Amino acid sequence: MKITMKEVDHVARLARLALSDAEKERMRRELDGILSYIDKLRALDTEGVPPTSHAVPMTNVMREDEPAPSLPQADMLANAPDRSGEFFRVPRIIEESIEE
Amino acid sequence: MLTDLTIHELGARFRLGDATPTQAAREYLARIAALDPKVKAYLTVTGEAALARAAEADARFKSGASLGPLDGVPLGVKDVFCTRGVRTTCGSKILEGFVPPYDATVVARLVRAGAVILGKLNMDEFAMGSSTENSAYFTTRNPWDLSRVPGGSSGGSAAAVAADLAAATLGTDTGGSIRQPAAFCGNVGLKPTYGRVSRFGLVAFASSLDQVGPFAKDVLDAALMLQAIAGHDPLDSTSAAIPVPDYAAELSRGVQGLRVGIPAEYFIEGLDAEVEAAVRAAIETLKGLGAKTESVSLPHTEYGLAAYYLIAPAECSSNLARYDGVKYGLRVPGARDLIDMYSRTRGAGFGAEVKRRVMLGTYALSAGYYDAYYGKAQKVRTLVQRDFQRAFERVDVIVAPTTPSAAFKMGEKEDPLSMYLNDVFTIPVNLAGLPGLSVPAGFTKAGLPIGLQVIGKAFDEATLLRTAKAYEAATTWRERKPGLTA
Repeated sequence: MKITMKEVDHVARLARLALSDAEKERMRRELDGILSYIDKLRALDTEGVPPTSHAVPMTNVMREDEPAPSLPQADMLANAPDRSGEFFRVPRIIEESIEE
Repeated sequence: MLTDLTIHELGARFRLGDATPTQAAREYLARIAALDPKVKAYLTVTGEAALARAAEADARFKSGASLGPLDGVPLGVKDVFCTRGVRTTCGSKILEGFVPPYDATVVARLVRAGAVILGKLNMDEFAMGSSTENSAYFTTRNPWDLSRVPGGSSGGSAAAVAADLAAATLGTDTGGSIRQPAAFCGNVGLKPTYGRVSRFGLVAFASSLDQVGPFAKDVLDAALMLQAIAGHDPLDSTSAAIPVPDYAAELSRGVQGLRVGIPAEYFIEGLDAEVEAAVRAAIETLKGLGAKTESVSLPHTEYGLAAYYLIAPAECSSNLARYDGVKYGLRVPGARDLIDMYSRTRGAGFGAEVKRRVMLGTYALSAGYYDAYYGKAQKVRTLVQRDFQRAFERVDVIVAPTTPSAAFKMGEKEDPLSMYLNDVFTIPVNLAGLPGLSVPAGFTKAGLPIGLQVIGKAFDEATLLRTAKAYEAATTWRERKPGLTA
């Protein structure tokens, strides 16, 4: 077994993903199967092979620093699930519970 | 019927004055109303806007000021593209109700070319899947057999073209999501080179792999669509500042003397016998047209899938972090704090496949596993790229099956791994960033389409298109249509 329930819990917390108990068990089983398949990569010798993060050569691309109009604030706020005036409203961040 | 016609045939009618864009739009909207309840390709139909755009095109043709090959042509776009003022769901409940305040660059380019956008097409949630069964809304049906899947993730885009519910459509291809559904639905699907087409305004899945491309009724239409969307975009720093050739003009060059590579690793156990026979017959056809075939080796093909299922989920877990219930889309009420709001919103808003990939990607990137999984996969990606580089020193294009089998039944592949294996022949192309095209190459005895994949050198879409064009001209597959009735 490559992945334990404890790891599923840990990864779900890192991913900010609330999962039901049934989902967690299914996730453990399926991730286990996928990771076992992926383990075939271990058979390959990649010593000295440089990693590729992009298929085409990429360098940092900077746009000219020219002011241009932004999208109107009202347009950006129009999709907000909750707002207060010109702000996105979210639950209180301070006094956040630190218990697990 | 105007809905039978290709883009170039429709354009010719408009220019002759035999038909108007409004007539074409009306016929398409009527056909969508009659047949889409069966096919279920569209998530959103924008009929009123389409008719308004068509009327503008009518006026341009009347005054002799038409904008070019796409002017007045009814098209559809995958719901992965932002469309100003038109809801964009990306097949997900988490984006339900989202109305983008801007157009994706590719959509803006189609509109600028005078195209009439009929609506937004169904897809696997966040473009994750090979069957369109992962859409949070409904499953699109394969027009050739309504009990089968259209492929995915751009299943709606492929089915719409096959059922004549749009003249052509746009999709995206991260691991095969244009070529595989094109093969399943019997149309031409082109995934351009990474960087050839702007990704601005596309809902991101795996940013180093995603690429936009067309579905079309024939090769010339695919060339016209690519022409309209290709080219550098200052809004996408990964789009390449490389000149775009005149693709339509390249099509007539034929394949005389073209060096065509046949990779042994794509004719493996598990490849359906009917698919293999069709692809081998297609290779003979190309030889008959004057192409020279040569065996090539892509030895790391069998590792591509495993590398992909680390790289794509890793990038997805990062890209999908933005769905947190704050700025747009779903928010689950009643959270006790901010983290709780994020977790519950994401838990409720994402479907099973998206959760699986977010978890897989988060795991692969987490402390202790990064080198063993993600780092290793990126090195394997280099090996896959080198395979292609070596092969393309000897050949101009590579041809192979697009998929291991024809379209499968809905619900047939419940195990995620067996679903993933469907993309085994398309994924290496994405890892290497190369262009790939699927062109109809026959039918199974059961009447299901089979696709021939043509893979090219980076930014050499012209050679793919002319190879496919020569093959298309020598065969009659595209004359067959699915027998759909209302």
